[in-house]
Amino acid sequence: MFKRSDQDSRQSVHIFVDGAAIEAREGDTVSAALLVSGRDVRRATAVSGAPRLPYCMMGVCFDCLVTIDGIGNRQGCLVPVAEGMQIEIQKGKREIGR
Amino acid sequence: MSKDYDAAIVGGGLLGSAIAWGLGRLGKKVVVLDEGDIAKRASRANFALIWVQSKGLGMPAYTGWTVRATESWIKLAAELKDQSGLDVALQQNGGFHLTLGEDEFARRGQLVTRMHNQVGAIDYRMEMLSASDVKKMLPMIGPEVSGGSFCPLDGHVNSLRTFRAFHTGLKLFGVDYFPERPVSAIVRTGGEFRLATAQGEIRAAKVVLAAGNANQTLAPMVGLSAPMGPTRGQIVVTERTMPFLPHPLTTIRQTDEGTVMIGDSKEEQLDDRTLNHSVSAVMADRAQRTFPHLARLNVIRTWAGIRVMPKDGFPIYDQSESEPGAFVACCHSGVTLASNHAFEIARMVAAGALDSELVGAFSARRFDANHAATSSGYY
Repeated sequence: MFKRSDQDSRQSVHIFVDGAAIEAREGDTVSAALLVSGRDVRRATAVSGAPRLPYCMMGVCFDCLVTIDGIGNRQGCLVPVAEGMQIEIQKGKREIGR
Repeated sequence: MSKDYDAAIVGGGLLGSAIAWGLGRLGKKVVVLDEGDIAKRASRANFALIWVQSKGLGMPAYTGWTVRATESWIKLAAELKDQSGLDVALQQNGGFHLTLGEDEFARRGQLVTRMHNQVGAIDYRMEMLSASDVKKMLPMIGPEVSGGSFCPLDGHVNSLRTFRAFHTGLKLFGVDYFPERPVSAIVRTGGEFRLATAQGEIRAAKVVLAAGNANQTLAPMVGLSAPMGPTRGQIVVTERTMPFLPHPLTTIRQTDEGTVMIGDSKEEQLDDRTLNHSVSAVMADRAQRTFPHLARLNVIRTWAGIRVMPKDGFPIYDQSESEPGAFVACCHSGVTLASNHAFEIARMVAAGALDSELVGAFSARRFDANHAATSSGYY
Protein backbone atom coordinates (compact mmCIF):
# COMPACT_ATOMS: atom_id res chain seq x y z
CA MET A 1 0.00 0.00 0.00
CA PHE A 2 2.61 2.55 1.11
CA LYS A 3 5.97 2.77 -0.69
CA ARG A 4 9.04 4.72 0.24
CA SER A 5 10.17 7.45 -2.13
CA ASP A 6 13.17 6.54 -4.29
CA GLN A 7 14.84 9.70 -3.05
CA ASP A 8 14.59 8.64 0.60
CA SER A 9 18.23 8.07 1.47
CA ARG A 10 17.95 8.25 5.28
CA GLN A 11 19.81 5.70 7.35
CA SER A 12 18.19 2.40 8.31
CA VAL A 13 16.90 1.80 11.83
CA HIS A 14 16.00 -1.70 12.95
CA ILE A 15 12.93 -2.23 15.12
CA PHE A 16 10.85 -5.26 16.11
CA VAL A 17 7.12 -5.66 15.59
CA ASP A 18 5.64 -8.46 17.69
CA GLY A 19 9.13 -9.95 17.69
CA ALA A 20 9.75 -9.73 13.93
CA ALA A 21 12.62 -7.54 12.68
CA ILE A 22 11.52 -4.57 10.53
CA GLU A 23 13.62 -2.01 8.75
CA ALA A 24 12.62 1.58 9.31
CA ARG A 25 14.41 4.85 8.52
CA GLU A 26 15.85 7.41 10.86
CA GLY A 27 13.16 10.03 11.51
CA ASP A 28 10.23 7.70 10.87
CA THR A 29 7.49 7.76 13.44
CA VAL A 30 6.45 4.34 14.78
CA SER A 31 3.17 4.66 12.87
CA ALA A 32 4.89 5.51 9.56
CA ALA A 33 7.24 2.55 10.00
CA LEU A 34 4.32 0.23 10.74
CA LEU A 35 2.28 1.42 7.76
CA VAL A 36 5.15 0.95 5.31
CA SER A 37 6.16 -2.43 6.77
CA GLY A 38 3.60 -4.33 4.70
CA ARG A 39 2.56 -6.28 7.78
CA ASP A 40 -0.97 -6.45 9.21
CA VAL A 41 -0.53 -3.83 11.94
CA ARG A 42 -4.19 -3.28 12.77
CA ARG A 43 -4.85 -2.83 16.49
CA ALA A 44 -8.17 -3.78 18.15
CA THR A 45 -10.05 -0.95 19.89
CA ALA A 46 -10.52 -1.01 23.67
CA VAL A 47 -14.31 -1.36 23.83
CA SER A 48 -15.71 -2.95 20.68
CA GLY A 49 -12.51 -4.58 19.41
CA ALA A 50 -12.92 -2.97 15.98
CA PRO A 51 -9.74 -3.06 13.80
CA ARG A 52 -7.93 0.27 13.34
CA LEU A 53 -4.84 1.67 11.66
CA PRO A 54 -3.05 5.00 12.30
CA TYR A 55 -5.20 7.73 10.76
CA CYS A 56 -4.49 11.40 11.41
CA MET A 57 -0.70 10.99 11.88
CA MET A 58 -0.60 14.18 13.93
CA GLY A 59 -1.54 13.21 17.47
CA VAL A 60 -5.25 13.94 17.38
CA CYS A 61 -7.25 10.80 16.62
CA PHE A 62 -5.58 8.24 18.92
CA ASP A 63 -6.17 5.47 16.38
CA CYS A 64 -2.43 4.69 16.34
CA LEU A 65 -2.29 3.42 19.95
CA VAL A 66 0.43 0.80 20.29
CA THR A 67 2.64 -0.79 22.95
CA ILE A 68 6.21 0.58 22.73
CA ASP A 69 9.02 -0.90 24.80
CA GLY A 70 6.50 -2.39 27.21
CA ILE A 71 4.34 0.70 27.70
CA GLY A 72 0.79 0.49 26.38
CA ASN A 73 -1.44 3.14 24.76
CA ARG A 74 1.47 5.12 23.25
CA GLN A 75 0.59 7.27 20.25
CA GLY A 76 2.74 5.69 17.54
CA CYS A 77 2.44 8.75 15.30
CA LEU A 78 4.22 10.95 17.86
CA VAL A 79 7.13 8.65 18.74
CA PRO A 80 10.23 8.49 16.50
CA VAL A 81 11.70 5.02 15.96
CA ALA A 82 14.93 4.08 17.72
CA GLU A 83 17.33 1.23 17.09
CA GLY A 84 16.11 -2.00 18.72
CA MET A 85 12.70 -0.61 19.69
CA GLN A 86 10.14 -3.30 20.61
CA ILE A 87 6.67 -2.64 19.19
CA GLU A 88 3.60 -4.73 20.02
CA ILE A 89 0.33 -4.30 18.18
CA GLN A 90 -2.17 -3.62 20.96
CA LYS A 91 -5.25 -5.79 20.99
CA GLY A 92 -7.88 -4.17 23.19
CA LYS A 93 -7.36 -2.23 26.41
CA ARG A 94 -3.97 -1.38 27.83
CA GLU A 95 -2.75 -4.14 30.12
CA ILE A 96 -2.28 -3.58 33.83
CA GLY A 97 1.23 -2.43 34.63
CA ARG A 98 2.22 -2.00 31.00
CA MET B 1 -61.56 21.47 32.15
CA SER B 2 -58.78 21.31 29.63
CA LYS B 3 -55.43 20.09 30.77
CA ASP B 4 -52.55 19.56 28.41
CA TYR B 5 -50.81 17.04 30.60
CA ASP B 6 -51.40 14.76 33.58
CA ALA B 7 -48.05 15.87 34.97
CA ALA B 8 -45.33 18.39 34.20
CA ILE B 9 -41.86 17.50 35.45
CA VAL B 10 -39.60 20.50 35.98
CA GLY B 11 -36.07 19.23 35.40
CA GLY B 12 -34.84 16.56 33.01
CA GLY B 13 -31.81 15.28 34.88
CA LEU B 14 -31.55 11.79 36.24
CA LEU B 15 -34.14 12.36 38.97
CA GLY B 16 -36.71 14.15 36.80
CA SER B 17 -36.18 11.65 33.99
CA ALA B 18 -36.68 8.70 36.33
CA ILE B 19 -39.98 10.08 37.66
CA ALA B 20 -41.16 11.05 34.15
CA TRP B 21 -40.21 7.58 32.88
CA GLY B 22 -42.10 5.99 35.77
CA LEU B 23 -45.20 8.07 35.02
CA GLY B 24 -44.92 7.31 31.29
CA ARG B 25 -44.68 3.64 32.20
CA LEU B 26 -48.01 3.99 34.04
CA GLY B 27 -49.59 5.43 30.89
CA LYS B 28 -49.69 9.05 32.05
CA LYS B 29 -49.42 12.00 29.68
CA VAL B 30 -46.25 13.73 30.79
CA VAL B 31 -44.08 16.68 29.79
CA VAL B 32 -40.50 17.29 30.92
CA LEU B 33 -39.33 20.92 30.98
CA ASP B 34 -35.56 20.98 31.06
CA GLU B 35 -32.68 23.40 30.88
CA GLY B 36 -30.09 23.05 28.11
CA ASP B 37 -26.63 21.63 27.68
CA ILE B 38 -24.90 24.18 29.88
CA ALA B 39 -27.03 23.48 32.94
CA LYS B 40 -25.08 22.52 36.05
CA ARG B 41 -26.05 18.91 35.68
CA ALA B 42 -25.02 16.35 38.26
CA SER B 43 -26.51 13.71 35.94
CA ARG B 44 -23.49 14.13 33.67
CA ALA B 45 -20.87 14.72 36.37
CA ASN B 46 -21.60 12.00 38.93
CA PHE B 47 -19.48 9.07 40.09
CA ALA B 48 -22.16 6.42 39.30
CA LEU B 49 -22.18 4.47 42.55
CA ILE B 50 -25.25 2.61 43.75
CA TRP B 51 -24.26 2.99 47.34
CA VAL B 52 -25.50 1.99 50.75
CA GLN B 53 -22.63 1.90 53.21
CA SER B 54 -22.48 4.76 55.70
CA LYS B 55 -25.71 6.38 54.47
CA GLY B 56 -28.39 7.18 57.00
CA LEU B 57 -26.52 8.12 60.15
CA GLY B 58 -28.93 10.53 61.85
CA MET B 59 -31.94 9.35 59.82
CA PRO B 60 -32.59 5.58 59.88
CA ALA B 61 -35.40 5.92 57.30
CA TYR B 62 -32.80 6.92 54.72
CA THR B 63 -31.03 3.62 55.22
CA GLY B 64 -34.22 1.68 54.49
CA TRP B 65 -35.07 3.84 51.46
CA THR B 66 -31.56 3.34 50.06
CA VAL B 67 -31.58 -0.42 50.57
CA ARG B 68 -34.98 -0.61 48.91
CA ALA B 69 -33.55 1.25 45.90
CA THR B 70 -30.57 -1.07 45.56
CA GLU B 71 -32.93 -4.05 45.59
CA SER B 72 -35.17 -2.73 42.82
CA TRP B 73 -32.28 -1.57 40.60
CA ILE B 74 -32.17 -5.07 39.10
CA LYS B 75 -35.74 -4.64 37.90
CA LEU B 76 -35.00 -1.13 36.62
CA ALA B 77 -31.93 -2.24 34.66
CA ALA B 78 -33.90 -5.13 33.14
CA GLU B 79 -36.83 -2.91 32.11
CA LEU B 80 -34.53 -0.29 30.59
CA LYS B 81 -32.72 -3.00 28.63
CA ASP B 82 -35.95 -4.51 27.35
CA GLN B 83 -37.30 -1.15 26.32
CA SER B 84 -34.25 0.68 24.96
CA GLY B 85 -31.82 -2.13 24.19
CA LEU B 86 -29.21 -0.36 26.35
CA ASP B 87 -27.27 -2.37 28.90
CA VAL B 88 -26.57 -0.03 31.81
CA ALA B 89 -23.85 -2.38 33.17
CA LEU B 90 -25.36 -2.78 36.63
CA GLN B 91 -22.93 -4.48 39.02
CA GLN B 92 -23.92 -5.13 42.65
CA ASN B 93 -21.38 -7.46 44.18
CA GLY B 94 -20.39 -5.28 47.12
CA GLY B 95 -18.19 -2.23 47.53
CA PHE B 96 -15.33 -0.99 49.67
CA HIS B 97 -14.20 2.12 51.44
CA LEU B 98 -10.44 1.60 51.79
CA THR B 99 -8.29 3.40 54.34
CA LEU B 100 -4.64 4.48 54.21
CA GLY B 101 -2.78 4.25 57.51
CA GLU B 102 -3.94 3.21 60.98
CA ASP B 103 -5.68 6.47 61.94
CA GLU B 104 -8.05 6.30 58.99
CA PHE B 105 -8.74 2.63 59.71
CA ALA B 106 -9.64 3.42 63.33
CA ARG B 107 -11.91 6.31 62.35
CA ARG B 108 -13.72 4.20 59.78
CA GLY B 109 -14.16 1.48 62.39
CA GLN B 110 -15.83 3.99 64.72
CA LEU B 111 -18.23 5.05 61.98
CA VAL B 112 -19.19 1.44 61.29
CA THR B 113 -19.85 0.91 65.01
CA ARG B 114 -22.05 4.02 65.18
CA MET B 115 -24.02 2.83 62.15
CA HIS B 116 -24.55 -0.60 63.76
CA ASN B 117 -25.68 0.97 67.04
CA GLN B 118 -28.26 3.22 65.44
CA VAL B 119 -31.74 2.23 66.52
CA GLY B 120 -34.30 1.65 63.82
CA ALA B 121 -31.97 1.29 60.85
CA ILE B 122 -31.99 -2.00 59.00
CA ASP B 123 -28.72 -3.87 59.10
CA TYR B 124 -26.93 -3.86 55.79
CA ARG B 125 -23.99 -5.96 56.90
CA MET B 126 -21.29 -3.32 56.60
CA GLU B 127 -18.14 -4.70 58.20
CA MET B 128 -14.52 -3.77 58.73
CA LEU B 129 -11.92 -5.90 56.97
CA SER B 130 -8.20 -6.10 57.67
CA ALA B 131 -5.73 -5.30 54.93
CA SER B 132 -5.02 -9.01 54.40
CA ASP B 133 -8.74 -9.78 54.02
CA VAL B 134 -9.12 -6.87 51.57
CA LYS B 135 -6.18 -8.20 49.59
CA LYS B 136 -7.98 -11.50 49.04
CA MET B 137 -10.74 -9.63 47.19
CA LEU B 138 -8.65 -6.78 45.72
CA PRO B 139 -5.22 -8.34 45.04
CA MET B 140 -3.68 -5.17 43.59
CA ILE B 141 -3.86 -2.95 46.71
CA GLY B 142 -0.63 -1.32 47.84
CA PRO B 143 1.24 -1.65 51.14
CA GLU B 144 -0.20 1.58 52.59
CA VAL B 145 -3.77 0.22 52.57
CA SER B 146 -4.66 -0.48 56.21
CA GLY B 147 -7.98 -2.18 55.47
CA GLY B 148 -11.44 -0.78 55.04
CA SER B 149 -15.16 -1.31 55.25
CA PHE B 150 -17.13 -3.59 52.95
CA CYS B 151 -20.86 -3.69 52.29
CA PRO B 152 -22.26 -6.52 50.15
CA LEU B 153 -25.17 -4.36 48.90
CA ASP B 154 -22.98 -1.72 47.27
CA GLY B 155 -22.46 -1.51 43.54
CA HIS B 156 -22.24 0.75 40.53
CA VAL B 157 -23.67 1.29 37.07
CA ASN B 158 -22.95 3.15 33.86
CA SER B 159 -24.87 6.27 34.87
CA LEU B 160 -24.47 8.11 31.56
CA ARG B 161 -25.97 5.14 29.72
CA THR B 162 -28.74 4.97 32.33
CA PHE B 163 -29.50 8.63 31.67
CA ARG B 164 -29.62 7.93 27.93
CA ALA B 165 -31.81 4.86 28.48
CA PHE B 166 -34.33 6.93 30.46
CA HIS B 167 -34.48 9.51 27.68
CA THR B 168 -34.82 6.81 25.03
CA GLY B 169 -37.64 5.38 27.13
CA LEU B 170 -39.34 8.75 27.53
CA LYS B 171 -39.63 9.00 23.78
CA LEU B 172 -40.99 5.47 23.50
CA PHE B 173 -43.58 6.19 26.22
CA GLY B 174 -44.69 9.28 24.31
CA VAL B 175 -43.45 11.71 26.97
CA ASP B 176 -42.81 15.22 25.61
CA TYR B 177 -39.28 16.41 26.38
CA PHE B 178 -38.55 20.11 25.94
CA PRO B 179 -34.97 21.31 26.43
CA GLU B 180 -34.04 24.99 26.83
CA ARG B 181 -37.34 25.51 28.62
CA PRO B 182 -36.61 26.80 32.14
CA VAL B 183 -39.71 27.55 34.19
CA SER B 184 -39.97 31.08 35.53
CA ALA B 185 -43.30 30.94 37.38
CA ILE B 186 -45.91 28.41 38.44
CA VAL B 187 -49.48 29.26 39.42
CA ARG B 188 -52.44 27.03 40.20
CA THR B 189 -55.78 28.17 38.85
CA GLY B 190 -58.96 26.23 38.28
CA GLY B 191 -57.46 22.98 39.51
CA GLU B 192 -54.52 22.99 37.13
CA PHE B 193 -50.99 24.27 37.17
CA ARG B 194 -49.76 26.83 34.66
CA LEU B 195 -46.04 26.88 34.14
CA ALA B 196 -44.56 29.97 32.52
CA THR B 197 -41.65 29.52 30.12
CA ALA B 198 -40.09 31.85 27.55
CA GLN B 199 -41.72 29.74 24.83
CA GLY B 200 -45.19 29.89 26.31
CA GLU B 201 -47.34 28.36 28.98
CA ILE B 202 -47.62 24.66 29.84
CA ARG B 203 -50.68 23.38 31.67
CA ALA B 204 -50.78 20.23 33.74
CA ALA B 205 -52.89 18.63 36.46
CA LYS B 206 -49.82 17.94 38.57
CA VAL B 207 -46.34 19.35 38.77
CA VAL B 208 -43.20 17.69 40.07
CA LEU B 209 -40.25 19.92 40.90
CA ALA B 210 -37.17 17.89 40.03
CA ALA B 211 -34.77 20.72 39.27
CA GLY B 212 -31.98 19.79 41.67
CA ASN B 213 -30.54 22.74 43.57
CA ALA B 214 -32.92 25.06 41.67
CA ASN B 215 -35.78 23.49 43.62
CA GLN B 216 -34.90 25.95 46.37
CA THR B 217 -36.16 28.77 44.13
CA LEU B 218 -39.06 26.89 42.55
CA ALA B 219 -40.57 25.25 45.63
CA PRO B 220 -41.95 28.47 47.25
CA MET B 221 -43.98 29.14 44.05
CA VAL B 222 -46.26 26.26 45.05
CA GLY B 223 -46.13 26.45 48.84
CA LEU B 224 -43.22 24.08 49.29
CA SER B 225 -39.69 24.47 50.52
CA ALA B 226 -36.41 22.82 49.57
CA PRO B 227 -33.41 24.21 51.44
CA MET B 228 -30.28 23.21 49.57
CA GLY B 229 -26.57 23.26 50.38
CA PRO B 230 -24.72 22.20 47.23
CA THR B 231 -21.02 21.33 47.14
CA ARG B 232 -18.54 20.88 44.32
CA GLY B 233 -16.84 17.60 43.53
CA GLN B 234 -14.07 16.74 41.08
CA ILE B 235 -13.43 13.59 39.11
CA VAL B 236 -10.26 12.37 37.42
CA VAL B 237 -10.52 9.74 34.65
CA THR B 238 -7.72 7.56 33.29
CA GLU B 239 -7.30 5.89 29.94
CA ARG B 240 -8.90 2.48 29.48
CA THR B 241 -7.11 -0.47 30.97
CA MET B 242 -7.80 -4.18 31.32
CA PRO B 243 -10.23 -5.00 34.16
CA PHE B 244 -8.38 -5.03 37.51
CA LEU B 245 -10.95 -3.82 40.02
CA PRO B 246 -13.77 -6.33 40.67
CA HIS B 247 -15.54 -4.09 43.24
CA PRO B 248 -16.20 -0.35 43.29
CA LEU B 249 -14.72 1.84 46.05
CA THR B 250 -16.11 5.10 47.44
CA THR B 251 -13.26 6.91 45.68
CA ILE B 252 -12.15 4.64 42.81
CA ARG B 253 -14.11 2.56 40.32
CA GLN B 254 -13.39 0.98 36.99
CA THR B 255 -16.12 1.48 34.42
CA ASP B 256 -17.52 -1.28 32.25
CA GLU B 257 -15.53 0.16 29.33
CA GLY B 258 -12.21 0.15 31.20
CA THR B 259 -11.57 3.72 32.34
CA VAL B 260 -10.72 4.28 36.00
CA MET B 261 -12.66 7.04 37.75
CA ILE B 262 -11.16 8.74 40.80
CA GLY B 263 -13.45 10.98 42.79
CA ASP B 264 -15.09 12.16 45.97
CA SER B 265 -13.60 15.59 46.62
CA LYS B 266 -15.81 18.14 48.33
CA GLU B 267 -15.51 21.93 48.15
CA GLU B 268 -17.76 24.82 49.05
CA GLN B 269 -17.05 26.62 45.79
CA LEU B 270 -19.85 26.33 43.21
CA ASP B 271 -18.26 27.23 39.87
CA ASP B 272 -18.11 24.07 37.75
CA ARG B 273 -16.16 25.69 34.89
CA THR B 274 -12.78 25.56 36.60
CA LEU B 275 -10.74 22.85 38.28
CA ASN B 276 -8.73 23.02 41.48
CA HIS B 277 -5.66 21.06 40.44
CA SER B 278 -4.33 20.78 43.96
CA VAL B 279 -7.50 18.85 44.82
CA SER B 280 -7.08 16.61 41.75
CA ALA B 281 -3.46 16.00 42.76
CA VAL B 282 -4.46 14.77 46.22
CA MET B 283 -7.12 12.49 44.70
CA ALA B 284 -4.65 11.05 42.20
CA ASP B 285 -2.01 10.61 44.90
CA ARG B 286 -4.38 8.70 47.17
CA ALA B 287 -5.53 6.56 44.26
CA GLN B 288 -2.01 5.47 43.38
CA ARG B 289 -1.16 4.78 47.01
CA THR B 290 -4.24 2.54 47.06
CA PHE B 291 -3.42 0.81 43.76
CA PRO B 292 0.25 1.51 42.90
CA HIS B 293 -0.04 0.33 39.29
CA LEU B 294 -2.42 3.25 38.56
CA ALA B 295 0.69 5.47 38.56
CA ARG B 296 1.48 4.13 35.09
CA LEU B 297 -1.84 5.20 33.57
CA ASN B 298 -2.42 8.47 31.77
CA VAL B 299 -5.18 10.80 32.92
CA ILE B 300 -7.41 11.66 29.98
CA ARG B 301 -10.17 13.77 31.54
CA THR B 302 -10.98 15.74 34.66
CA TRP B 303 -14.05 17.72 35.51
CA ALA B 304 -15.87 19.50 38.31
CA GLY B 305 -19.55 19.05 39.04
CA ILE B 306 -22.01 20.54 41.49
CA ARG B 307 -23.74 18.09 43.81
CA VAL B 308 -27.45 18.39 44.30
CA MET B 309 -27.54 18.47 48.07
CA PRO B 310 -30.43 19.15 50.43
CA LYS B 311 -29.19 21.14 53.41
CA ASP B 312 -28.89 18.14 55.75
CA GLY B 313 -27.82 15.66 53.07
CA PHE B 314 -31.05 13.63 53.14
CA PRO B 315 -33.64 13.52 50.34
CA ILE B 316 -36.67 15.80 50.21
CA TYR B 317 -40.03 14.47 48.99
CA ASP B 318 -43.13 16.53 49.69
CA GLN B 319 -46.55 17.38 48.39
CA SER B 320 -47.79 20.92 48.88
CA GLU B 321 -50.57 21.37 51.44
CA SER B 322 -51.69 24.70 50.00
CA GLU B 323 -51.37 23.63 46.34
CA PRO B 324 -52.18 19.90 46.25
CA GLY B 325 -50.85 18.21 43.16
CA ALA B 326 -47.52 20.03 43.43
CA PHE B 327 -44.66 17.78 44.49
CA VAL B 328 -41.00 18.41 45.16
CA ALA B 329 -38.29 15.76 44.87
CA CYS B 330 -34.58 16.24 45.30
CA CYS B 331 -31.71 14.28 46.71
CA HIS B 332 -27.99 13.86 46.49
CA SER B 333 -28.07 10.26 45.30
CA GLY B 334 -29.90 10.46 42.00
CA VAL B 335 -28.15 7.34 40.72
CA THR B 336 -28.64 5.13 43.78
CA LEU B 337 -32.28 6.18 44.19
CA ALA B 338 -33.21 6.14 40.48
CA SER B 339 -35.16 2.89 40.88
CA ASN B 340 -37.19 4.30 43.77
CA HIS B 341 -37.97 7.41 41.74
CA ALA B 342 -39.00 5.40 38.68
CA PHE B 343 -41.18 2.93 40.55
CA GLU B 344 -42.20 4.33 43.95
CA ILE B 345 -42.24 8.12 43.61
CA ALA B 346 -43.87 7.92 40.15
CA ARG B 347 -46.55 5.60 41.56
CA MET B 348 -47.20 8.00 44.47
CA VAL B 349 -47.40 11.05 42.18
CA ALA B 350 -49.83 9.19 39.91
CA ALA B 351 -51.97 8.31 42.94
CA GLY B 352 -51.84 11.90 44.16
CA ALA B 353 -50.44 11.07 47.60
CA LEU B 354 -47.00 10.37 48.99
CA ASP B 355 -46.83 7.13 50.94
CA SER B 356 -45.95 8.36 54.43
CA GLU B 357 -44.70 4.98 55.54
CA LEU B 358 -42.01 5.03 52.85
CA VAL B 359 -41.16 8.70 52.46
CA GLY B 360 -42.84 10.54 55.35
CA ALA B 361 -39.48 11.09 57.04
CA PHE B 362 -38.23 13.05 54.03
CA SER B 363 -40.71 15.93 54.22
CA ALA B 364 -39.01 19.33 54.22
CA ARG B 365 -41.06 20.09 57.32
CA ARG B 366 -38.11 18.61 59.22
CA PHE B 367 -36.28 21.88 58.51
CA ASP B 368 -38.96 23.88 60.34
CA ALA B 369 -37.73 22.65 63.68
CA ASN B 370 -34.61 24.41 64.78
CA HIS B 371 -32.91 21.18 65.68
CA ALA B 372 -32.54 20.14 62.05
CA ALA B 373 -29.60 17.77 61.74
CA THR B 374 -26.68 18.94 59.68
CA SER B 375 -24.96 15.63 59.22
CA SER B 376 -24.53 12.50 57.40
CA GLY B 377 -26.89 11.97 54.55
CA TYR B 378 -23.62 11.70 52.75
CA TYR B 379 -20.12 10.64 53.71
